[in-house]
Amino acid sequence: MLQHLIVLPVVLPLVSGILLLISRHGSTSLKRVLGIGSTALLLAVAIALVGKATGGEVSYYALGDWQPPFGIVMVLDRLSALMILLTAVLALGCVVFASAGDDEQGSNFHGLFQLQLMGINGAFLTGDLFNLFVFFEVLLLASYALLMHGGGKGRIQAGLHYVVLNLAGSALFLIAVGVLYGATGTLNMTHMAVRVAELEGERAGLVSAGALLLLVVFGLKAAILPLYFWLPKAYSSAPAPVAALFAIMTKVGIYTILRVYSLIFGDQAGPLAAIEQPWVWWLALGTLAASAVGVLAARDLRLLVAYLVLVSVGTLLAGIGMHTPEAIGALLFYLIHTTLVTGGLFLLAELIGLQRGKAGTRLVKGRPLRNGGLLGVLFLMGGAAVAGLPPLSGAIGKALLMVAATPAQQPWLWPLLLIAGLCSLVALSRAGSTLFWRSHDGEPSDRPLGRRQLFGVIWLLGASPLLVLLAGPVSDYTQATAEQLSSPAVQIRALLPDAGGDT
Amino acid sequence: MESLYAITTGILTACGLFLTLRGRSFPVVVGLTLLSYAVNLFLFSMGGLTTNGAAILDGSGNYADPLPQALVLTAIVIGFAMTAFAVILAMRARGDMGNDHVDGRQVDEPREERR
Repeated sequence: MLQHLIVLPVVLPLVSGILLLISRHGSTSLKRVLGIGSTALLLAVAIALVGKATGGEVSYYALGDWQPPFGIVMVLDRLSALMILLTAVLALGCVVFASAGDDEQGSNFHGLFQLQLMGINGAFLTGDLFNLFVFFEVLLLASYALLMHGGGKGRIQAGLHYVVLNLAGSALFLIAVGVLYGATGTLNMTHMAVRVAELEGERAGLVSAGALLLLVVFGLKAAILPLYFWLPKAYSSAPAPVAALFAIMTKVGIYTILRVYSLIFGDQAGPLAAIEQPWVWWLALGTLAASAVGVLAARDLRLLVAYLVLVSVGTLLAGIGMHTPEAIGALLFYLIHTTLVTGGLFLLAELIGLQRGKAGTRLVKGRPLRNGGLLGVLFLMGGAAVAGLPPLSGAIGKALLMVAATPAQQPWLWPLLLIAGLCSLVALSRAGSTLFWRSHDGEPSDRPLGRRQLFGVIWLLGASPLLVLLAGPVSDYTQATAEQLSSPAVQIRALLPDAGGDT
Repeated sequence: MESLYAITTGILTACGLFLTLRGRSFPVVVGLTLLSYAVNLFLFSMGGLTTNGAAILDGSGNYADPLPQALVLTAIVIGFAMTAFAVILAMRARGDMGNDHVDGRQVDEPREERR
């Protein structure tokens, strides 16, 4: 059983997703129990995986026992274990929140949700480039349907853009995979790392074209500057639990950038090493600047949170652009914080919107809130965390990142990061004062807060103070992860003992 | 053969790109379909083109790379599902928004009427 643990994060949601999709009708409460139960089980599996990976050993699972480089492998190291744990924690909050009623607005919510989890987990675990494409498609197909869950004009329109863009992105992904296979003759990422290192001159051009095409694809997923325009609309029109789960989707893009360029185009790749570096740093700064403007311009709380997701993408990408193990460790810490907090803010925005009647989440005068005190405190906490104010976790993440910058990078990173934080702070305090203090003199709405909804919000936002309390062990873990990432030879030796992993 | 193959793929890609950038949802869907055809052809050729090769290794030495065939099969299935989804979505958008423009707004209609 224990050796099959690595494949469980894919198999478990697959099985429960299929079970949930057997009947479109049927008891909602049964589906909820199955959906929440499976997600909770996933959380347990993820904790076990982190325990397995924390020692620094890279282990793999060969599907059908076809050994690498020929078969398809699932690779578990510190980074993938961390990402799976993060997905499971986020998903549990979302699925419990959705069980308060969002899942009844359309059909098959829980089944699609599980399939989406399967795609995300698969993308984090796979060690094979084509398999990565397949898992991308799984998570995208599920996300298309989830984005339009419940219907409505705004969702259909945002969904059409999202689907068309991602279909074009998939086409580019396939071309890039084809080019890389043609030049290196393998699809296993570890094997590719070995092959890239021994590449003869004329093929280097092909490989670098393929590598940069991949950067475009991952940039589309991660929503980097010229490719992010689909994000604000899609995220702000999606149903709240889906938008919160989507907080991990941009991080799938960040993860794949980290994985592919640190493994295949790591230090051993010779002239092709760090091929993404000239692009990533400047694109990151551009994303930060553009999203800070977007945060200030947003006139709707959900749109505001969607732009905050973009700010986090810019910050994370800047960490990749700094290209030192310290920066990567810091960015992983920030990634945990920002995924959970922005997810929680999406859920909180929904709760606030529900109590404001017609005004919804738009930043205009509305009905007074029935539970204004409680929601206000949660909003204050979430806002302070996401803007990066001490004592919450955003401040620690940003401080780690700023310390990791080299003196040449500091003049660019420090002002931009701090100004983006200031913009978030201004926009959030303006939003908060409109939402909680300026209201018509009317009766408060009679919609009570659901217990499951509150659990979802507190589960996700509560991660921020928890991250502060556990900052020591967590940052030790992320630093160890970064060390592991910066030495691809360890993974090469684990998967391909005969391939000369001592480079 | 290589140049014919490359030209075919290139023309398909160019047509697909042009149509994908149109403003109405039907040309966009057709464009995406052409694009996925082009990508499938490209994938098929990524192991190098061989003629008279055995499909399955039979010991004679000259054989076709089997991996691209397996990959292109996967890509075709996924592309087919995605196209079906995009068609349904475009029809739904047409029904919900009352027009078939990808932005949901009829921006170019008045100009066409004036002509």
